[in-house]
Amino acid sequence: MRALFESYGLRAGARRCAPIALSVFAYGLVFGALAAQDGLSLGETGLMSAIVFSGSVQFVALGLWATPLPVAALLIATFLLSLRLVLMGATLRRALAGISTGRALVAAWFVTDENWALTMSEAAQRGSRPEAQRPPLASFFMGTSILLYGTWIAAGIVGHLIGGAVGDPKHLGFDFAFPAMFLALSIGLGRRHPNVLVWLASAASAILAERYLGGAWHILVGAGAGIAVAALGHKTPRRAP
Amino acid sequence: MRPELILLFAGMGAINYAVRAAGMLVGELLPKEGRLAAALTQLPAAILISLVAPLLLHGGGAEWAGAAIVAAIASRSEGLLLPLAAGVVAVALLRLI
Repeated sequence: MRALFESYGLRAGARRCAPIALSVFAYGLVFGALAAQDGLSLGETGLMSAIVFSGSVQFVALGLWATPLPVAALLIATFLLSLRLVLMGATLRRALAGISTGRALVAAWFVTDENWALTMSEAAQRGSRPEAQRPPLASFFMGTSILLYGTWIAAGIVGHLIGGAVGDPKHLGFDFAFPAMFLALSIGLGRRHPNVLVWLASAASAILAERYLGGAWHILVGAGAGIAVAALGHKTPRRAP
Repeated sequence: MRPELILLFAGMGAINYAVRAAGMLVGELLPKEGRLAAALTQLPAAILISLVAPLLLHGGGAEWAGAAIVAAIASRSEGLLLPLAAGVVAVALLRLI
């Protein structure tokens, strides 16, 4: 397991993740406060964060919460909301080239938007840095993951304890940290593999899918449209004669 | 702790983990060169754009101005802290207006 837990990579990942962990904490507080309102105990709140580890799934679950529990609806929602993680896991595995299947399955437990996005951006930009400044990527991912995981669980518990005193993260602009991060990272990736058509196809189809299909389908539809355009536009490189 | 909730969370966690693990396993099977490989290089950016485009569309003037600031900074520097901090502060201030 050493390749997952090399201290240089862990520290580099955690450092890079620190600003976004702050926003995750703010949202974890809200999650904990809402969970308390829905009647979850402190232990149940912490357990849910530790087992499910997905902001979108957990917020939607609280939205669906009722007595008796709508178990089927909760499980279906979990599946639909997590489908995008197939794409993220697949691209992450490509980036972590050479990692063993066992290690990949350990890392898989933690895959979510933020640590995936940070690691893909690190993978894209490390090539331009000297060898000594390239933290091992699998450990980098685990560094971001451990910080996010701990932050998310702790914030839910604190939010549950302070309950109604939790403010709306929107008042401090924390909600904007997520689109800001996705935007900043996509610009970083776009500088390395520029393809305006992919961006336009993804943005337009994601907006339409979000409007007419709802749920989390827009991520899959937008990603599919983007790589379809990339595949169609690909020119096989010709060797010099 | 209520046992039915522990079961529910275990079910949700199992679904989540199965999807995450499936991605990790599929990733190893994907081609490393050719047309599909070239397209997959664009997949991370395509996913990010698909996440962000609807979010920004639902925002108002404050979010659009914040996005412009984030884009301007991110296209000039590598770090994440500066564009994030500038974007969040700008949006927080603009919402007060």
